[in-house]
Amino acid sequence: MLIFEHSSKGRKGAPQSPVEKASISVIPKILLRKDSAALPEVSELQAVRHYTRLSQKNFSIDTEFYPLGSCTMKYNPRACNTLAMLPGFLNAHPLTPDEQNQGFLACMYDLQSMLCEATGMAAFSLAPMAGAQGEFSGVAMIDAYHKSRGEHERKEILIPDAAHGTNPATAVMCGFKVREIPTLANGDVDIDALKQCVGPQTAGLMLTNPSTLGVFERNIEAIAKVIHDAGGLLYYDGANLNAILGKIRPGDMGFDVIHSNLHKTFSTPHGGGGPGSGAVGVAERLIPFLPLPTVTQENDSYRYLTAKDCPQSIGRLSAFMGNPGVLLRAFIYMRFLGREGMVRVAEFATLNANYMMAEAKRRGFTLAIDHRRASHEFIITLKNEARDYHVSAMDFAKRLLDLGYHAPTTYFPLLVPECLLIEPTESEAKEALDGFMDALEQILREAEVNPELLHAAPQTLPVKRLDEVRAAKQLDLKYTSSS
Amino acid sequence: MPFIPHTEQEITQMLATIGVDSTEDLFDEIPAHLRAPELKAIPKGMTEMEISRLMHKRADENTKAICFLGAGAYQHHIPAAVWEITTRGEFYSAYTPYQAEASQGTLQLTYEFQSMITALTAMDVSNASMYDGASSLAEAILMAVRANRKSKSRKILIPTSVNPVYRKTADTIVKGQQIDLVEVPYDHATGTVTLEQIKQQGEGDITAVVLQQPNFFGCLEAVDEITDWAHENNILVIAVINPLLATVLNPPGQWGAVGADIACGDGQPLGAPMSAGGPYYGLLCCKQALVRQMPGRIVGRTVDLDGKEGFVLTLQAREQHIRRSKATSNICTNQGLVVTASTIHMAIMGAHGLENTAAACFANNNMLVEKLTAISGVKKAFAGMHFHETVLQIEADAAQVLRDLMDRDILGGFDLSLDYPELGNAILVCTTEMRSDADIDAYATAMQDVLTSALVSDEVSATPEAV
Repeated sequence: MLIFEHSSKGRKGAPQSPVEKASISVIPKILLRKDSAALPEVSELQAVRHYTRLSQKNFSIDTEFYPLGSCTMKYNPRACNTLAMLPGFLNAHPLTPDEQNQGFLACMYDLQSMLCEATGMAAFSLAPMAGAQGEFSGVAMIDAYHKSRGEHERKEILIPDAAHGTNPATAVMCGFKVREIPTLANGDVDIDALKQCVGPQTAGLMLTNPSTLGVFERNIEAIAKVIHDAGGLLYYDGANLNAILGKIRPGDMGFDVIHSNLHKTFSTPHGGGGPGSGAVGVAERLIPFLPLPTVTQENDSYRYLTAKDCPQSIGRLSAFMGNPGVLLRAFIYMRFLGREGMVRVAEFATLNANYMMAEAKRRGFTLAIDHRRASHEFIITLKNEARDYHVSAMDFAKRLLDLGYHAPTTYFPLLVPECLLIEPTESEAKEALDGFMDALEQILREAEVNPELLHAAPQTLPVKRLDEVRAAKQLDLKYTSSS
Repeated sequence: MPFIPHTEQEITQMLATIGVDSTEDLFDEIPAHLRAPELKAIPKGMTEMEISRLMHKRADENTKAICFLGAGAYQHHIPAAVWEITTRGEFYSAYTPYQAEASQGTLQLTYEFQSMITALTAMDVSNASMYDGASSLAEAILMAVRANRKSKSRKILIPTSVNPVYRKTADTIVKGQQIDLVEVPYDHATGTVTLEQIKQQGEGDITAVVLQQPNFFGCLEAVDEITDWAHENNILVIAVINPLLATVLNPPGQWGAVGADIACGDGQPLGAPMSAGGPYYGLLCCKQALVRQMPGRIVGRTVDLDGKEGFVLTLQAREQHIRRSKATSNICTNQGLVVTASTIHMAIMGAHGLENTAAACFANNNMLVEKLTAISGVKKAFAGMHFHETVLQIEADAAQVLRDLMDRDILGGFDLSLDYPELGNAILVCTTEMRSDADIDAYATAMQDVLTSALVSDEVSATPEAV
């Protein structure tokens, strides 16, 4: 039932607004609204009950194991939320003079510094509001850098075929042509193919390392050399930073620019799809191009750097400073962990993934890439099961929901047929991993004897499998009182 | 170990299963000479008690002055229930609803959000949100360029009465795609853009025109007239709105004869705290005909195998994870949690509550402006009708006046001198429903005091005998 269907005309139960409507009659009629917006008319209790019940129809980290590959669904500490929502932060107007906003700016400055240290980059901007905006800033900086050197012919961005879809979409948004680089069966980039593709037209390479195939790119130094020798820059997609935090730093691998998804590695909540943060870090030569604003420290006080300070900046990405509430949560999380905690993130995320991978193999699943270490995630391919029992990765995913586990990422990366990309994260205990593997094995047995059970899953959730084709063909995108 | 549950015994068992001696062995594919040094610049870990102390101290360092700042972020009342429910773990710690059956809460809520936003804006379709108002305008411009197939110019008219930081953000985001953002000056008497000025810049092929209502100065633009002119000339109209004020002002879907084509704006006034600049969310709406050019996520209602109602992400063929380099945008994550808050906010407030709130903002602003302009040396910059923000010109250095007001615990407004030097010493003041009569009196008293001392100090410095 929709909130609109709880509505009763004339009900206004909430003591939440000024009781009397002030007069707006001096405004010319033509500028005013003719009828009230058709919002629901419900009591506060009705709204509270409705949305509490809706929340209960979600899987979440707080309620289920959520091994969604490439998304780093780790525990979001409650204190990060509570402390980021202190009134001193919530009531800060974004245009408050810097001198009156020192507590907040101190957190931002410290966060920039910690991110630099953790990634080996020279400077950071916290402005990008999501991974895709981080990518946008990174590629725009690459463009600005080449143009500042008069190299206008560098109009091509190289992207491995295993990359996230945001990479090519971003490069196009920044005005580049995209060239795909193939990946070898062992998960490494095909470096011979890469060599064939570079030239004076190369602006840079966007690389995720460990890759979306769940393995560390062993030839990273050679790749960096190929790109740099061609005059290009190396972009690090930080989606999988959790796997290597404190173990190896993108800056030390030769990357010139990176984005870090703070909502993955640094545990800010995913919120049902945002808000995120795609903070960008750069090597020395790209500092002048960082997006605005950034925070600097001068004589024990902090201030925003503006266009006046940074005339070569690629500019602003939002009205204010990205998503400060998210940034505060990341800051608090990093202070919780400290330097010693950060190294343990990668260690235990990797331990969990490799343990599950070993268990998967032992229980008869086919690994997409065998005989390699998993990073913080690994891939099972169900192509044999699809052939033998006519069940798909999607069927496995839906059946997992019935058994109380959120499904892994399905059908990504696109290179691996019928795949499940599994990322347990470091915050899950062994019993959760074992429980999940038991469930997966149970489903494999079910597929052998009763594939219908998988096709019909899920059976225990608020709805059964939904008709996506109908949703796209008979568009119903909003409630209307007649619908 | 913070947030890591493993016991020694479990670690031993897990390593044995993998067949290695230590966790260190799991990193043996990483070249040894590239391994990270100790992260010395990161402090040691803290307990929750220690962090709590640090954060309380830092939160307390921020000002508690009375806020008369607006300029794109507004201090409004938010019902306590809004964030109580929003931060329930089931909303807070869920991911994008790719597994629809396990995400009906977020999906249905988003469908309700789309329904409420289209009701507010009187537009046909809303997406599930963009990052913020400024980046939403950038996406609206890109969308208009894709949608207006009759226009080849990629020329967008933007009046300078549109929020300057929105214009800067749009420029950052669209400049890689050879789009020409053409500024149209505002009329200095009214603080609004006139049709004549738009026509002057609008010779030849134009793709779209941007109109902000109320504009950055708080003034009300003649949106109907300009919308109709644009449509007669095959120009798309992009509305930038404050969704709270759209409960009382003519909504973009009803501008002129057929309404704006695309509407965007910042959702912050509907349930998001100011929070030093975010997270807020960008709203983005359009006419039905443009839906396939819309970027970002969209939720649709459908049925399950039994014919039972349910909700899914739809029209995903527009998006980056399917279309890759041919996607409508690179956007992936949006601002889901803030959308959750905003939906609950709208449900609790209702149209009635939001209208009363908007009207109170208007009334309070009139009261403030009346009191401030009664002070010698303060006057309204524009004759036009304004809503809850107003440009005031002051006969003293504006930046200094704002600093002096700050010393008296008044956040007095936004200094316009950088973006609009032609206005001289001008500030943009804002009043929401949160400002009491006492707050407004306190501002007027402080302003009087500041200007009197400014006058005195001017006289002192102008008098040679005093040196």
